[in-house]
Amino acid sequence: MIRLELMALQDRYVAAIDNDRIEEWPGFFVEDCLYEIVSRENEEAGLPAPVIHCDSARMLRDRVLALRHANIYEKPAYRHMVSGMEWRQEADGSYSGSSSYVVVNTSVEGESSIYQAGRYLDQVVRTEGGLRFRQKRCIYDTLRVQTLLAFPI
Amino acid sequence: MDQHSPTGPVPEPLAVFPRADGSRVPYKVFSDAEIYALEQERIYRGPTWNFLGLEAEIPKPGDYKSTFIGDTPVVMTRAEDGTLAAWVNRCAHRGAVVCRLPRGNALSHSCVYHQWSFGTKGNLQGVPFRRGQKDATGMPKDFDPKQHNLRQLRVESYRGLVFATFSDTVEALEDYIGPQMRPYVDRVFHKPVTYLGCTRQYSDSNWKLYIENVKDPYHASLLHLFHTTFNIFRVGMRARCLPDSKGGMHSVIFVMKNEEENAADYKSQGIRSYDEGFRLEDDSILALEKEYEEVATNQIQPIFPQLVIQQIHNTLVCRQLLPKGPDHFELVFHFFGYEDDTPEMRKLRIKQANLVGPAGFISMEDTEATELVQRGTHRDSDKASVIEMSRDAPERQDTLISEQLIRHFWMGYRKMMGFGVAAE
Repeated sequence: MIRLELMALQDRYVAAIDNDRIEEWPGFFVEDCLYEIVSRENEEAGLPAPVIHCDSARMLRDRVLALRHANIYEKPAYRHMVSGMEWRQEADGSYSGSSSYVVVNTSVEGESSIYQAGRYLDQVVRTEGGLRFRQKRCIYDTLRVQTLLAFPI
Repeated sequence: MDQHSPTGPVPEPLAVFPRADGSRVPYKVFSDAEIYALEQERIYRGPTWNFLGLEAEIPKPGDYKSTFIGDTPVVMTRAEDGTLAAWVNRCAHRGAVVCRLPRGNALSHSCVYHQWSFGTKGNLQGVPFRRGQKDATGMPKDFDPKQHNLRQLRVESYRGLVFATFSDTVEALEDYIGPQMRPYVDRVFHKPVTYLGCTRQYSDSNWKLYIENVKDPYHASLLHLFHTTFNIFRVGMRARCLPDSKGGMHSVIFVMKNEEENAADYKSQGIRSYDEGFRLEDDSILALEKEYEEVATNQIQPIFPQLVIQQIHNTLVCRQLLPKGPDHFELVFHFFGYEDDTPEMRKLRIKQANLVGPAGFISMEDTEATELVQRGTHRDSDKASVIEMSRDAPERQDTLISEQLIRHFWMGYRKMMGFGVAAE
């Protein structure tokens, strides 16, 4: 059952991003959270340099605000494929999990390509509103980010 | 009249610039394969020092990193004696790439094909079966291992920045950076640094479009709307935009905070940049802790051709610009801090990494823009860019509304490449 709940959280998360509802994205996290996108080469070398690093839900909402009102980019059309989930319960009752992901992006001209492959490292906690991410780290294998990264992974 | 000249037809020049002052650039230079190949010879293998990385990336003897000069694979290493070395990553035997890993530590580099092995400085150390075996005779008697080292490059380091060159004649690195640029390099590298990792961005556009971008203060407040949306950066900020006096290929854009600046200039011109009412919930991302005698929000300093030193607020980066064919380049953002950073300062640097790099709030648009130019210019190669802003005031170095540095770059580029100017 826990596995199904965790997968449902992941599915709703992905659906929000893939269907251009990024306003919902910060709501999948608790206020005191960590979201980051870090290359596999840095992760394996123990180096911190991130592509995105948000240490609170406030920073997630700031990114949504900037993406909607400030930054200029060709709007991505992501499709996430998530598989291979492993999880375990921690002593504090939270859940740790990891999954593989592939994000296919389709350009405005209609060309689809693999934009990023990697894995999620998640910490999930139960709140009054249901399961939320306390931590979500995207460790990407696709070291060269094509053109730019606007929408979250 | 003799139809057949005895010397044959004069070859068409690869590119002709409509004007001598760098204010017109033929689109051809952004997509032509022959020009790209010539750049590899004249620029990357010519009289230039090419940034390879930070000494802090290879602190221990035997540490190495694979990288490039132009599109030639090279490896930078720290030798047993602590000195720096660099060599072309191509086996002296049959030409295979020797070092296959991006980073590591090794006192010997062995080519997998026939196991010829080379020392940290690229000297040939071993050739299997050199003296034969049983009835096999091995290498000929006149085979001299000293003649078959890897192609070794001149290497110098300036304040922990490692550069290499193919050239035997280019001046010492310190002189190459030059007296105008050194104080700004010294400013950022005034004490030992710690390497914090890198991020990589790949763009489907020509490398020179990125050089233009880092010499273009005019675009900052117009393309990067994060600044203006959240009220950070104004064209009216106090600034210094300096080319180096030798070739004008290096430059620095140095932007200082000006508190009196307001939004009126933008509103009166109806520029889309200004939007009232947006506030960041966590504006610590825009903190500016004083670290230098002269406080600046931005220092953007290209050291031609492969390095851009960047201080944006408290985030510190060496961007390495690597051409990947006429219509692609890779940018490697080397993040660093100082060895004596407090935990709070280190945290701030990581937080402000959100400003720069491929997802950077104030940088993500750059590659979008260069790709738009690439797509817009690939046909009509004889048409030209128009680069006129502040052309009438060459003495002005205190305004961001200027394309002066870009014109300096194109004048220097034209000279290095041997391209002519159209007759008036």
